[in-house]
Amino acid sequence: MTDESPPIAPIAEKSRLASFWSMLRADKFALTAAIFLVIVIASAFIGPIFLEYDAGRQNLRGRNAPPFDMERGWQFFLGGDQLGRPLLARIIVAARNTMMVAAGSVAAAMIIGATLGLIAGNSRGRAAQIIPRIADVIMSFPSLLLAVIVLYTLEPSVGNIIIVLAITRIPIYLRTTRAEILEVRERMFVQAAKVMGASQSRIVFRHMLPVILPTLLTIATLDFAFVMLAESSLSFLGIGIQPPEITWGLMVSQGRPYLTNAWWLSFWPGLAIILTTLSLNLLSNWMRTALDPQQRWRLEIGGKKNG
Amino acid sequence: MRSFLTKRAYASLISLLFLIVAVFFLSRLTGDPTNLYLPVDASLDSRERFRALHGLDDPLILQFGRYLADLAVLDFGDSIRRSQPALDVVLEAFKWTLALAAITMTIVTITAIVIGSLAAFRVGGLFDRTATFFSLIGASAPDFWIAIVAIVLFSVNLGWLPTSGTGTVWHWIMPIGVLFIRPFGLILQVVRGAMITALGSAYVKTARAKGVASRPIIFVHALRNAMLPVITVIGDQAAAILNGAVVVETIFGFPGVGKLMIDSILQRDFAVVLATIMVTAFAIFVMNLLIDLAYAVLDPRIRY
Amino acid sequence: MADHLLEVQDLSVTFHTVRGPVNAVRNVSWHLDRGEVLAILGESGSGKSVSASAVMDLIDIPPGEIASGRILFEGRDLLTMSHDERRRINGKRIAMIFQDPLSHLNPVYSVGWQIEETMVIHGTSRADAQRETVALLRKVGIPDPEGAAVKYPHQFSGGQRQRLMIAMALALRPDVLIADEPTTALDVTVQAQILGLLEQLQAETGMGLLIITHDLGVVAEMADRVVVMNAGEIVETGSATDVYRNPQHPYTQKLIAAAPGQGDMSHGVPEQEPLLRLTGVKKNYGAFTALNGISFDLMAGETLAVVGESGSGKSTMAKVLLQLEEASGGQAEYKGRDLLTLSPKELFEMRRDIQMVFQDPTQSLNPRMSVYQLISEAWVIHRDILPKDRWKARVAELLEQVGLLAEHMHRYPHQFSGGQRQRIAIARALALEPRIIVCDEAVSALDVSIQAQVIELLDKLRHELGLSYIFIAHDLPVVRDFADRVIVMQAGEIVEQGSVRQIFEAPRMRYTQDLLAASLDPDPEVQAARRNSRLEIAQ
Repeated sequence: MTDESPPIAPIAEKSRLASFWSMLRADKFALTAAIFLVIVIASAFIGPIFLEYDAGRQNLRGRNAPPFDMERGWQFFLGGDQLGRPLLARIIVAARNTMMVAAGSVAAAMIIGATLGLIAGNSRGRAAQIIPRIADVIMSFPSLLLAVIVLYTLEPSVGNIIIVLAITRIPIYLRTTRAEILEVRERMFVQAAKVMGASQSRIVFRHMLPVILPTLLTIATLDFAFVMLAESSLSFLGIGIQPPEITWGLMVSQGRPYLTNAWWLSFWPGLAIILTTLSLNLLSNWMRTALDPQQRWRLEIGGKKNG
Repeated sequence: MRSFLTKRAYASLISLLFLIVAVFFLSRLTGDPTNLYLPVDASLDSRERFRALHGLDDPLILQFGRYLADLAVLDFGDSIRRSQPALDVVLEAFKWTLALAAITMTIVTITAIVIGSLAAFRVGGLFDRTATFFSLIGASAPDFWIAIVAIVLFSVNLGWLPTSGTGTVWHWIMPIGVLFIRPFGLILQVVRGAMITALGSAYVKTARAKGVASRPIIFVHALRNAMLPVITVIGDQAAAILNGAVVVETIFGFPGVGKLMIDSILQRDFAVVLATIMVTAFAIFVMNLLIDLAYAVLDPRIRY
Repeated sequence: MADHLLEVQDLSVTFHTVRGPVNAVRNVSWHLDRGEVLAILGESGSGKSVSASAVMDLIDIPPGEIASGRILFEGRDLLTMSHDERRRINGKRIAMIFQDPLSHLNPVYSVGWQIEETMVIHGTSRADAQRETVALLRKVGIPDPEGAAVKYPHQFSGGQRQRLMIAMALALRPDVLIADEPTTALDVTVQAQILGLLEQLQAETGMGLLIITHDLGVVAEMADRVVVMNAGEIVETGSATDVYRNPQHPYTQKLIAAAPGQGDMSHGVPEQEPLLRLTGVKKNYGAFTALNGISFDLMAGETLAVVGESGSGKSTMAKVLLQLEEASGGQAEYKGRDLLTLSPKELFEMRRDIQMVFQDPTQSLNPRMSVYQLISEAWVIHRDILPKDRWKARVAELLEQVGLLAEHMHRYPHQFSGGQRQRIAIARALALEPRIIVCDEAVSALDVSIQAQVIELLDKLRHELGLSYIFIAHDLPVVRDFADRVIVMQAGEIVEQGSVRQIFEAPRMRYTQDLLAASLDPDPEVQAARRNSRLEIAQ
């Protein structure tokens, strides 16, 4: 009956951050993905400051310059585009718009969706009936149509594209949050808080939100990849971001006519998209394990072996 | 069961009504078709005639009332571009999309379930890691990029496959192949996750204590339990294709609803846009019913 | 050495976990003969189920590892056999039933199919298996066996599901049946029936029966011999009577001493004006009546036990009283006001006076809050109780009051054991300085020895602070030791209420008598006497 004596030698609790770092190191794929994403995000922040000018400068002698040719400088390492602009520089600059659209849409969709989901999950009145229906309506609305409407009526600016994409992603967060809240609502510690007289807002923000946040973040990571693909598709179809702004999807589209003689125009930006979305997927996959107490041991054991 | 059906039909009808209203008015915001179909120097008179012919000269609310009245007798209006009933245009395109969706989803479902189940059986094993990695790549792949890379590779360089159209079996390979990738990646991951949960459950322990062999444990005991979340994703993905695999249809010149939708939007062929939305909404409604039916068949605890 | 039917020799099993390897069991040896009942007795974490899992090839390798030992079945070592060979033994020669039959039955297949499967995979034809299944269902006492075979697990009650598990396990008349906590989640009367069924079937088939349990009562009722385990090791082995009468190891002595139902019964609190008076409290869920007019009084400083089986409405009563659910009718008079019709503001005030301790502290404590945050939350919500600069000192004081240390306040719930967590939950309830604490099965999830300590703590606090308890429980021996008065509930109504002495010594109602008869005594001789008297009545 060692049970009731105060715990001898308290279990060395690593700080949360440290334990996450060691779990990240345990999964080599996730670690690589995280490093790659850091590079992409850094490029998006810093790249345009230095490369904005180079990326836009036309150079007719560098038209469709082949890749891996260092003569014209490192910016032409991936080749030049149809107007002789360096592809590598353009990809780095385009990272900003691409990331900004995805991050903006995901953040907006998550905040609005989660708020609506919280309301729908906690109320027993009419809101609980109506809000899920909003999700249904949005889900059935063709996002292409929405994009075209925005394109024709408003202007196809980065901000408007963010709005379009955010609207289409709201249902995901709304439904997830609502479903999680309906489950968390019945948990004992929520009942215990009620018995103590905790206000509704205290219960939501102190007790419910911290529980569902990991799930929302995991979904957001995955969704980030999805939104990137959606933006690329819209830009590819010509109903997203318009030149002279650039995104990776738009670059793929612009390179399409030159596919047969200059494959690299479309290939590199496409590769940038696939690597970024793959990294996000890998990271989301890792988060699902790392944030689930029942699955976490897989990473923790791995960490022991490797480190 | 009957009350469930009526309830579902009502809910879908309300959503659809919202959609029709929104689309009808919003799509008018994209501009006047007259400018698109008549030459720039067309006379004011011919413009007036064109507008009168297509009922564009009335106030918007009157146009909408007339549209609803026609709709009540299943008249979806005419396509400006093709001068045919809009419904005929849409159904013709829908046929192709339905075939594409059915073939792709069948292949996806079977491969994803088999591979995902086997991956879940030995979590962390070589097979699992390989399958997971490829499924993640699949889920991350931008379809338009895969499509054009495939065209360069198989049509331009190797000359094996035709670039567009629907004439022969060969025409179908690339569209299906490209459409396959993302749903396969996504569904495989859901199968794997659900199977890991199911294989760790208490009833699997009972089956092992009974002496059931591994294969029936995976495919009889665990799989049926794991199918519920899987079916949900299959439904979502099938709905996405039915809604129009716009990119793939556009690139491969495939005459499905996705291509029709984007063409009609760009050319302000409003009757076709609305008809497309209604036909696909109906198809998705039917598919969701089938999915609910599948739930009930798979899990005896679910009764409607 | 004589050949036993099943013999575990020197078995050590290790699990590789985050914090290094854990020895689940070390050098465990036991044996089971035909026609014998062996019990493995142990508390949670004692490793009592591990050797059975090893017998059934249910240990996942990795993370598990069988570090040493042999498991001989009819003289052959199971651990050196191939998985296929072991599969042929599982279900056919050695069968197993589990705690919580609902999760152990596959929800999507009919129970008939699942029972048939056992026979079909071991070579019986489907048609024979179907016939046999109906016979088995009849044998384990399932009404309408033909109809039951095509039903699904969720359509049965908890006790019936365990009968189904038994039917499935016994389909091929195995030589050994392993029952892992077979009656733990069941009501006492159902437990008695299931144990009776196991006894009867064992007598008929002559199989060896291994029962894994935490409950001395189950050992007393069933076992010929008992193996006592603690922290992965066997501390004592012997005949059930010897071990109970004359325990050798200090752990066994402690365990037996902690068994509830042996102390003096309370004489009750003096007659006085009641603190809380319920009259005709009702609760309906649609057409279903969960509470049908509940009336009782609670005195200051009194422990009022509410006992009843699952579905009796005892937890609903607690929820209604605490306004987690709205009552459908009746009054609850406290300090001259009706608790059931308070305004939100009055309700907020009332929360301070009536607190609750829940069954499972793992779930009732928010895992993301430290002990300090958990306890001080009371004062965040009710601002006027305590100025903020005194919170820390008061948390320390409360922790010491419930037998923990002040320095524990910066830890998180998962760093404590189950009993300690329940102490934290009690400290949290005390933070509001309540008059009444509702304990909803507050000690049911705890091990026997811990249970005794928590009860002791509750008793101490009652005297120190003048608290009243409404003590909801299904475990009669605990109630006998702790309560002043007892209310017996069945199907939403109060069947009987009276002093603890009257209820336990002279129960008036048939239902109360049945409940008492079904509850198990830790003394094997007492149980044997009860068994005999039951048999006489039956004849």
